[in-house]
Amino acid sequence: MLRAALREVSTALKEGQVSPTELCQRCLSLIKATKCLNAYITVTEDTALRQAEESEKRYRRGQSLGDLDGIPVAVKDNFSTTGIETTCASNMLKGYIPPYNATVVQKLLDQGAVLIGKTNLDEFAMGSGSTDGIFGPVRNPWSYSKQYREKCGQNSHLENEDSSWLITGGSSGGSAAAVSSFTCFAALGSDTGGSTRNPAAHCGVVGLKPTYGLVSRHGLIPLVNSMDVPGILTRCVDDAATVLGVLAGHDPKDSTTVQDPFNPFKLPSVIDVGKLCIGIPKEYHIPGLSSETLKVWSKAADLFENAGARVIEVSLPHTCYSIVCYHVLCAAEVASNMARFDGLEYGHRSNMDKSTESMYAATRREGFNDVVRGRILSGNYFLLKQNYEKYFIKAQKVRRLIANDFVNVFSSGVDVLLTPTTLRDAVPYVEFIKEDNRTRSAQDDIFTQAANMSGLPAASIPTALSEKGLPIGLQFVGRAFQELQLLTVAKWFEKQAKFPILQLQEMLDHADALSHQKISLSS
Amino acid sequence: MWALRGCRCLRAAWSWGGSRLARGATGGRQIDQNPEWQLEEQKPLPQKKVTMELLDHLERLALVDFRNWEGVERLEKAIQFADQLHEVNTEGIEPMDSVLENRCLYLRGDNITEGNCTKELLQNASQTAEEYFEAPPGNIPLPKLEERESFLQDSN
Repeated sequence: MLRAALREVSTALKEGQVSPTELCQRCLSLIKATKCLNAYITVTEDTALRQAEESEKRYRRGQSLGDLDGIPVAVKDNFSTTGIETTCASNMLKGYIPPYNATVVQKLLDQGAVLIGKTNLDEFAMGSGSTDGIFGPVRNPWSYSKQYREKCGQNSHLENEDSSWLITGGSSGGSAAAVSSFTCFAALGSDTGGSTRNPAAHCGVVGLKPTYGLVSRHGLIPLVNSMDVPGILTRCVDDAATVLGVLAGHDPKDSTTVQDPFNPFKLPSVIDVGKLCIGIPKEYHIPGLSSETLKVWSKAADLFENAGARVIEVSLPHTCYSIVCYHVLCAAEVASNMARFDGLEYGHRSNMDKSTESMYAATRREGFNDVVRGRILSGNYFLLKQNYEKYFIKAQKVRRLIANDFVNVFSSGVDVLLTPTTLRDAVPYVEFIKEDNRTRSAQDDIFTQAANMSGLPAASIPTALSEKGLPIGLQFVGRAFQELQLLTVAKWFEKQAKFPILQLQEMLDHADALSHQKISLSS
Repeated sequence: MWALRGCRCLRAAWSWGGSRLARGATGGRQIDQNPEWQLEEQKPLPQKKVTMELLDHLERLALVDFRNWEGVERLEKAIQFADQLHEVNTEGIEPMDSVLENRCLYLRGDNITEGNCTKELLQNASQTAEEYFEAPPGNIPLPKLEERESFLQDSN
């Protein structure tokens, strides 16, 4: 049941085959069993059970609110949730309890979804590994999968393998791990440079970044106002479309959401890609791309061509500058957005009280980690009067060039672009931390970041397993506000790819064994 | 005053190969098996001089400290990385603030729809008095570098 798609579970709930409370309980026990993944910062057990009970009452009365009623979902910990601690994995907001729900959270709750917990992330969503938060790194569930362990010839003594676990990617790693390990059916992430698609690819789940302006950012603690978008993580494309249907649409509380009416859609079950034109951007074939990912990408292109689609090579000439441009714009906007954390109205406050300035400085020294501080300082450097034109304005001009590249490609008849999502499959944590956060982000965001620059919708779809038995995802980039077309193509591809289900039984058995051990030791 | 230690940074210098599309055995069009780009070792870039004054200035503006030499190095690397932008020709290009620049931002009517939440808002503050946020005395500039708790003073 926990592996089923949203629609199936929803039907099962309506028909009474399972009750929302049972479903909730199962997810909660699974969360306990997979605690070592460190996917959750806060597990909202009481609230979730209460919401599940309410949902059960509605089902009994035959008045379910929709497809999401009674479905456990998780939310990344940079979305505000009333009465539930929202930390952004930072000391600055530890203990902060928002007095309001983010619009997207409210929309989920209005549909009867059961909020099962807040998931782990990189501090303030800055990072590409979900390794830099104060609650520790998130482990990729595939580290414990049968598929990976068989390929790597490891025995089942999980304690010995404690040092070789893999990262989830980031920064929405907790959400991706939560969905991947079946502890919830959908999760919210945020996507500024690829933060939803990157962990989706590493954890073998679907990661959708909607068009900028389609989904409300009210309540999402901002990183880069001109690029942030709430992201959706699910186990299949249909589910992503269902969740998008609930979340999208104009929000009077977020003036950057477009006022066009949004009609939730259901993806067709019979899809013909024969009339499509798929673009393969040649600049995305860079030296760091692993040969496996390249193979998977090529095979996917062939798949479309054999189905009758027109597959052509296209050019996005400014691709190589997108990371640099992002680096400058991100740092500049971060410097501005992080200025709100001064300890006065909320969050951590230092004991220094000689003056407001020194209190602010001390609070920020204590509250932020190196990554955040680094970006704030670089951002301030780029925004200095003598540098403003040279760096910030220049980056904005380069941004227009990058966005125009996409406009040109899409207006030449291309419907959807097909690219890799990441350079390679997930790496072990001990390897990942050898390079610093900025270098890693520059490497890992290379394929995903341009879609944020141009505001276009993009989705990462799990495609195949690597030689190590780990997920490789491919990315589809669509035209602005054409999520229906994007997800239709993605759904067709998902059916062809037949990505295997994560086999976690060994881990669950081990977790069971550990807990029995504890019981027998204490008795 | 001190100058930055020179640091070489590997930068991918994009050199174009010809574009070739190889036809696979099945007749399908494959992605070109050779990368378009070559990674070339870059000559060390001219040393950027980041002065103590600038670092102090940044610490004041940001109200965040560098903490240690690593922090300063991070900034140096960030600047060198960003310098790659200057290679791009942006003659005649307008800066882009937002991807939605061709649309009108939504402005709602000036009507009060919510409020009266003083209690909730004050709950999150650690020091309040009646209905005020309490702050230490203002209009006192941050102490000079020598008197501040900043690692930069050790380098003077």
